[in-house]
Amino acid sequence: MAGITIDRIEKKFGAVTALQQLSLKVEDGEFIALLGPSGCGKTTLLRIIAGLESQTSGRVLIGERDVSALPPRQRGLAMVFQNYAVFPHMTVYENVAFGLRMKGASDAEVKKQVERAAGLLHIEPYLERYPAKLSGGQRQRVAVARALAVEPAVLLMDEPLSNLDALLRLEMRSELKAVLASSGTTTVYVTHDQTEAMGLADRIAVMHKGVIEQIDRPQALYERPATRFVGGFVGSPPMNFIDLPVADGTARLGGFSSPVPLRNGTVTAGIRAEDIDVAEDGGLPFDVGVCEPLGATLLLTGRIDGQLARVSVRPDSRVRPGDRLGLTPNAGRIVWIDPADGKAMGAAA
Amino acid sequence: MSEATVSLRLRRVMLWSGIAVLCTWVLVPIYLIALGAFGGRSGVFRWPKNLLPWDSGLAAMQTFLAVEGVWAAAFNGAFVACLTMLFSLLLGAPAGYALARYRFAGQDAFRMLVILTRAFPLAILALPLTVTFIRTGLYDTPVGVALVHTALALPFTALVSSSLFMGIPRELEEAAWVFGCTGFQAFRRIVLPLALPGLAAAAIFAFVISWNEVFAASVLTVRNKTLTAYLLTVLAESPLHFRFAGGFLLILPSIIFIFAVRKYLFAMWGIANR
Ligand SMILES: Nc1ncnc2c1ncn2[C@@H]1O[C@H](COP(=O)(O)OP(=O)(O)OP(=O)(O)O)[C@@H](O)[C@H]1O
Ligand SMILES: [Mg+2]
Repeated sequence: MAGITIDRIEKKFGAVTALQQLSLKVEDGEFIALLGPSGCGKTTLLRIIAGLESQTSGRVLIGERDVSALPPRQRGLAMVFQNYAVFPHMTVYENVAFGLRMKGASDAEVKKQVERAAGLLHIEPYLERYPAKLSGGQRQRVAVARALAVEPAVLLMDEPLSNLDALLRLEMRSELKAVLASSGTTTVYVTHDQTEAMGLADRIAVMHKGVIEQIDRPQALYERPATRFVGGFVGSPPMNFIDLPVADGTARLGGFSSPVPLRNGTVTAGIRAEDIDVAEDGGLPFDVGVCEPLGATLLLTGRIDGQLARVSVRPDSRVRPGDRLGLTPNAGRIVWIDPADGKAMGAAA
Repeated sequence: MSEATVSLRLRRVMLWSGIAVLCTWVLVPIYLIALGAFGGRSGVFRWPKNLLPWDSGLAAMQTFLAVEGVWAAAFNGAFVACLTMLFSLLLGAPAGYALARYRFAGQDAFRMLVILTRAFPLAILALPLTVTFIRTGLYDTPVGVALVHTALALPFTALVSSSLFMGIPRELEEAAWVFGCTGFQAFRRIVLPLALPGLAAAAIFAFVISWNEVFAASVLTVRNKTLTAYLLTVLAESPLHFRFAGGFLLILPSIIFIFAVRKYLFAMWGIANR
């Protein structure tokens, strides 16, 4: 039983507020990804959970235990550091074995666990080497293996795959997911790569400027972002945001009209690039600027009434820069956003 | 020949001539002292010098080593130097660790103060020190001299070890904490092994400072002189080839020191770069 409860944690570095009254509940055995742009406080939050940084206020509970004041070694967790922190004076084998040795495991036990972790991360050929003779990606895998070898109840990972090539990353990702799911390890996984977060996590917490903007299952996050920031950050290409004038509860632009949860004024329509039907004309008038063939789709970048928009169409579409198209968004999948505060409005009334 | 190869060649010539000049600068005086030390009475006064060690022998050195008190003084000097090494490491390394790892009020002032200990000339301190040492019973003891030498060496050990500890990433210690180490265990298992080569260099440096120091050692001792202080009093009245032998004996530890430290200094860079 090792869920994590983060209770109104605040962290200030002098005048800088890195985390603002942040609360988060991670269930036992759950895999949570912390996703956010650089400098939003992901590492800081992870270090506070680990006990490496002291919070300005608030509490951290692991299981039912309040660990807020405990040193890292008494919190019963393992961590993969953003810059690896592999011990340079120990062989890879001893690095991976470090946590087990500190627990006083027998040599046979150590050997078994090290080999298992090394096999998982494909570092068996380097076990006798010193870290200085490894590449960045290999060192990173040693750091992950070191954390997995102790079979922790809680695992904290700070961008553990950032230095691997695309293929290896994909493979490690799925292996990591399988291993952690089968061992029931509660995992907090920091990344700024949104496909990684989508692929791995049970739930994703999107962080921005020291607060969690939204926490939800990956698909829900993708389809119904709670704020404009989340819609723009999750998904590639990012969500389109088109400002539309509203009169009498109906938004109207060109040949497009839709009822909106607002009487008069302006509303922002959040529309995914793939949730749009394209026709010769009718609907939103779209001036094509650039066509990028992405293999599975053809990505069109252009303007709707002067506002930047991206549309995915079938790769065999005959569209050329300069064309004018008519777009009909899939009405049920539009997210209506209040342009004043950037928050999504309730489902269309 | 293209311009690039010419400039490459020129650069190589300049590099090697620079190396040659530096080597000559250091090695020729040492060689001449060695010639004087092993050449005996006639060798010292011959002119032009016989630059090849034809007529050298161990005779002069042997007579020198047979002189009353040389061995005792050498032993004393080594003992004082070892004590200095020990004291300055035990005091300097923790100070350096604190400077590297913790932010505390007055940190910069402390840094300055550490260096300022070298601002007071020993000549001024000599009289009060002598009086204090006589009162406390430290006068004419190796420990007393070692204490003064420690004061001289401490700025180096503290500052060198502070930059040494700064070069060891904090995350390494933090990783050790996370994987079950107490603060002290993390220091012993992670920081110390990584800092050891550099600390050894700092220690040997303290040794050499003490070994070569002559003023305090002369003033604060009467019978228990270190080799340096002893030679200063004895050699003034000795023939020239004796002085060369003494000088050579004094240089020897420094040379050994440089060769011992050489590879540690490189090892230090290896860590810093990682
Ligand atoms: N020791 C510190 N002293 C002062 N400010 C700090 C310190 N550590 C972090 N910060 C600040 O806190 C904020 C959050 O930093 P943090 O390292 O948590 O970001 P991050 O989300 O992990 O970013 P990245 O994706 O680049 O790793 C940043 O604005 C950073 O400048
Ligand atoms: Mg970070």
